[in-house]
Amino acid sequence: MQLRGSNQWHFLGSQILVCVCCTAAAFADPASPFSPTNIFAPASTPAKSIFGLSLFVLAVTGAIFLVVFTLLLYSVVKFRKRKNDDGREPPQVYGSNQVELAWTVIPVLIVVALFMATARVIASVQKTARPDNAIEVVAIGHQFWWEYRYPGLGVVTANELHVPVSDDNQSSPTFIKLFSADTDHSFWIPRLAGKTDLIPNHPNSMWIDPHEAGIYLGQCAQYCGTQHAKMLLRVYVQPRADFDRWIQEQRQPATVSAASQGQRIFETTACINCHTVAGTVANGRFGPDLTHLMSRDTIAAGAAKNTPENLRQWILNPDTIKPGSLMPAMQLSGQDLEALTTYLETLR
Amino acid sequence: MSTESIAWPSTAAGSRSFVETLHEWVTTVDHKRLGILYIIYALVFLVIGGIEATVIRIQLIRPHNDFVSPQVFNRLFTMHGTTMIFFVVMPVLFGFANYLIPLMIGARDMAFPRLNAFSFWMTAFGGLFLYFSVVGANGLYGAGNAPDVGWFAYAPLTSQTFSLGHSTDFWTLALLVSGFGSIGTAINIVATVLCMRCPGMTLAKMPLFAWLNLVMAGLVILAVSPLTAAQIMLLVDRYLGGHFFDTQAGGSAVIWMHFFWIFGHPEVYVLVLPAFAFASEIIPVFSRKPIFGYPVMVGATVAIGFISMSVWAHHMFTVGMGAAANTFFVISTMAIAVPTGIKIFNWLATMWGGKIEFKTPMLFCIAFLFQFLIAGLTGVMLGAAPFDWQLGNSYFVVAHFHYVIVGGIMFTLFGAFYYWFPKMSGKMYSETLGKLHFWLFVIGFHLTFDFMHIPGILGMPRRIYTYEPGRGWDTWNLIVTIGVFFQAAGILVFLGNLIWSYFRGELADNDPWDAWTLEWSAHSPPPAYNFALIPTVKSRRPLWDLKHPDDPDWKYE
Amino acid sequence: MSTTTIPPVTAELEWNLPSRGQVAMYSLITAEAAIFTIFVVAYLFYMGKSLSGPMPSEVLTPPILYAVCLLSSSLTIHFAGKNLRDGNVRRFGAWWLLTIALGAIFLYGTASEWHRLIYKDGLTITTNLFGTTYYSLVGLHGFHVVMGLLGLTTVMVFTIFGMVQREHAERIDVLSLYWHFVDAVWVVVFTVVYVIGR
Ligand code: HEA
Ligand code: HEA
Ligand code: HEC
Ligand code: CUA
Ligand SMILES: [Cu+2]
Repeated sequence: MQLRGSNQWHFLGSQILVCVCCTAAAFADPASPFSPTNIFAPASTPAKSIFGLSLFVLAVTGAIFLVVFTLLLYSVVKFRKRKNDDGREPPQVYGSNQVELAWTVIPVLIVVALFMATARVIASVQKTARPDNAIEVVAIGHQFWWEYRYPGLGVVTANELHVPVSDDNQSSPTFIKLFSADTDHSFWIPRLAGKTDLIPNHPNSMWIDPHEAGIYLGQCAQYCGTQHAKMLLRVYVQPRADFDRWIQEQRQPATVSAASQGQRIFETTACINCHTVAGTVANGRFGPDLTHLMSRDTIAAGAAKNTPENLRQWILNPDTIKPGSLMPAMQLSGQDLEALTTYLETLR
Repeated sequence: MSTESIAWPSTAAGSRSFVETLHEWVTTVDHKRLGILYIIYALVFLVIGGIEATVIRIQLIRPHNDFVSPQVFNRLFTMHGTTMIFFVVMPVLFGFANYLIPLMIGARDMAFPRLNAFSFWMTAFGGLFLYFSVVGANGLYGAGNAPDVGWFAYAPLTSQTFSLGHSTDFWTLALLVSGFGSIGTAINIVATVLCMRCPGMTLAKMPLFAWLNLVMAGLVILAVSPLTAAQIMLLVDRYLGGHFFDTQAGGSAVIWMHFFWIFGHPEVYVLVLPAFAFASEIIPVFSRKPIFGYPVMVGATVAIGFISMSVWAHHMFTVGMGAAANTFFVISTMAIAVPTGIKIFNWLATMWGGKIEFKTPMLFCIAFLFQFLIAGLTGVMLGAAPFDWQLGNSYFVVAHFHYVIVGGIMFTLFGAFYYWFPKMSGKMYSETLGKLHFWLFVIGFHLTFDFMHIPGILGMPRRIYTYEPGRGWDTWNLIVTIGVFFQAAGILVFLGNLIWSYFRGELADNDPWDAWTLEWSAHSPPPAYNFALIPTVKSRRPLWDLKHPDDPDWKYE
Repeated sequence: MSTTTIPPVTAELEWNLPSRGQVAMYSLITAEAAIFTIFVVAYLFYMGKSLSGPMPSEVLTPPILYAVCLLSSSLTIHFAGKNLRDGNVRRFGAWWLLTIALGAIFLYGTASEWHRLIYKDGLTITTNLFGTTYYSLVGLHGFHVVMGLLGLTTVMVFTIFGMVQREHAERIDVLSLYWHFVDAVWVVVFTVVYVIGR
């Protein structure tokens, strides 16, 4: 059986078409990204520099692909063995120094160009110094949630990072120090910056300066154990005034009303070994800070919406929401659970 | 003139009991039988690793699927990656090297037949040991079982604190043991190629296959040893209470990454060089031309070997190495594109002006050229460090390396299976089934791995057991999963073809492809001693010289 | 073409290939050197990073005497091989035995040093990073000395029973190569542990 060259052509041709379309689709307009985590819809300087480099690299590699692919296609079609072949061997060619030199030198030049472009972007992203007006955040990766501390501002929160918009009117980038409390994690909000790992004993840092308000999504990008998949990231980029208000609220300790039934349960169960509620006796640090739990949209690192329903289910048995999470099921009676949830709901 | 070869010593007599045959195979030190043992062993694990991949893909077919639990999913990708790299591709390549190198260089066996058998059984034991973690402990479900730390097992996830029980120990010990096997085989290959060549076969006249495997073996020696060292350290940590990777006692997680990738990166070239070797034998024969630019091909191979020792940290662009280190690893990584490009261009030039016959082996090699080109270019994208800050650890990387490993290595490997099947079995394979396999696999491959790049670009990390809806990943994952079933069908056709042809295939000539290297001058299948008379060669294509006495190669080389 | 025959031997041509044993031993040594490199790198990397004592400067003294023993065993094994090549089996046996003795003395040195470290200074493999890296690196080397001694002793037994003759010289040389390597590694380990690391 002889495979016809044109068959081959059709097949390969359609392949390219598919690839090109997909790439084009991925290049969606940044204003309405094709996906909330599209790396080609950058909204912050580091992500934009990377995007610029990506375009250059894609163009160069795309051109190489077209040239080499055309050569391949041409030789497969042109030099296929014909039906009416005379059965003689084709001329035996052993090599040619000139051509081989050419296809050594040209790639060398291309590599040099790619390298220079890359080196520039590395320097521009990694060597940016922290300006004085920058917000400083410490992000600590835990199995399987994020802790955020704002050392200058006295705020501790979890899973949902708030940062101010940084635009031409008011530039206020956010510099993030990255630590890990246990295993390796990686901080990745594709639209804001490339990822950087959080590694125990190996402090890292990165920065973002989101240009537009909104919620930016991402998730842990280094395998860190059972629930690596549900270690989601949410970054709330707010206008400066809103951000300042948020900081003000977060600095308050929990509102001390008359100690409720729920609070008593909270403080007499194991909860306080792992959780902090500022202004009360609860000062555990193993789990997320709950002082302003209700100011968050999600619980358990984005695994569920923060609704009373989900809270109840979470406390009763975290494994039903996030199997393998490090919070144990608390074995509470229905009544206690109800009171406890009511208490948590007061933590605004 | 020489004598006709004599058939395989009376195995055909049929009077042997099963136990006797089994005993013969288990105690064999013959390089051909060991080669076949390696290959069959690898095929079994290919099906196992493939089934694991299939389950992974079924789990990811839609968001919030719960086909398997997160724990099982994590074990699946760990076992899939480890199995495929260490117990499929490595053994199958060693198998072909074992089978073919002595035949191609006109020798009667490897340099150290008993070391050869020992190495095979070490490798075999390693694989069985790894899977013993599944059946021996509490199985895939329950505590203390299949490893779940990922195939590069980053610290401190492997420490006693985070990995209770013995699952990680199974992983470590399996790789340690099979690593000894690999080093043994590599030493054997080096000694064979350097010391067993038939008269006249200078280094410059060896088939490229032997050259590429020589460099591969050198890389194994230099790369697997660091892995062995790292595994010993891990064992010291886990069993003797050492602190090499214990971050709580000041140990470093990053140094494990360095140690692993000092092994891991050369390892991927260990895998790909034999694939290049297959292509370098198959493409010339089916283009009816000698390989273009032999000396440059050899030089490029050696260059790849050297450069690949200095690029490991491109797997670590996101660990925060500092701008200088990142920049260094960018240039060394990209430098590899040059010798690799030379190889691609030389294969193209070999086809250029030839008469290409689209037999199944050649189809696989053409697809390999196309796919390896794309895979290499996505590799270069990852090599641009800032681009990697976005793409690293995403499905784009998964797509990149399956594109190289499946689209490159598996394709040439299938080509090699079809090309040398007549030699190994004495039977012809079915060309129709071969073509069917090819098209099923090409379609499946492209459905799966072309579309896998896109979720990566859209921010989907790897090693997640499920994902959120609304991220634009759903459709792509569906298509990717559909492709797997085409691949599985292709592989079933392939296995069927092997088995059917072995029993029912037409008898094969000694030289069905009108080829040029020495193995085709031996009987099919070759007798235990390969050659009744040790041949003498004058050029790189001894059989060409023989077939064209008027126009022999040695006049031109 | 259907049947092809093996190319005939056309002319007697000069055909020399390297010795398998040597090539294999050099390959093995390369692999071992790679393993040691990783351990040495780990040692250097963790130098001074221990969170608690004892520190190397407090507890280590260079075992110069034992090092001299090990290094001179390279010389003795060299003489042994030379004598065997000359066909002088008795002298070979004597030098060989001396080599084994020197290796054994070295091992005794390591053992007594470890004994002192463990029981007097309280340094074990779990104590700190220094302990972990020190025992691993020196232990790995010691393990190679043991393996070497096992090989040497086997040859010694064969020699005693008169089974080692001049024609085995090449094989003996391959084994010596390994022993030289073990000695050379000690130079590196010694420098790293007792000179740089202290
Ligand atoms: C056989 C396997 C194989 C091969 C051959 C390659 C080849 C290459 N790989 Fe790949 N790679 C893997 C297997 C392989 N890789 C695996 C398994 C992983 C992931 C491991 C894990 O994390 O689990 C990985 C991951 C990986 C990463 C890390 C990504 C990450 O985790 O963040 C990077 C980054 O630089 C990379 C780069 C490259 C490059 C530059 C090449 C180059 O060798 C490619 C060279 C080829 C070409 C460029 C094409 C032909 C050339 C021309 C036509 C000439 C002209 C071209 C130019 C001038 C550019 N690879
Ligand atoms: C040689 C290497 C190799 C090969 C060949 C493959 C082949 C495949 N791989 Fe694999 N893969 C890796 C090496 C390899 N992989 C590595 C190293 C990792 C990283 C692991 C880690 O992160 O730690 C990985 C990870 C990996 C992932 C990512 C998991 C994750 O990050 O969560 C995925 C997901 O789609 C995947 C899919 C596939 C698929 C669909 C194939 C297909 O090509 C498979 C096709 C084969 C079959 C489908 C089997 C066919 C046969 C049958 C089905 C027969 C059945 C019949 C009987 C029972 C009689 N692989
Ligand atoms: C052994 C430690 C531990 C105990 C005890 C514990 N928790 Fe937790 N808790 C955690 C951890 C760890 C998490 C984060 C889990 C994750 O996201 O993977 C968590 C998360 C939570 C969350 C979600 C917080 C967020 O913002 O995502 C709530 C609410 C919560 N715990 C409430 C409680 C209550 C109420 C109790 C007691 C009845 C309790 N926890 C006891 C460890 C603990
Ligand atoms: Cu944290 Cu993955
Ligand atoms: Cu690599």
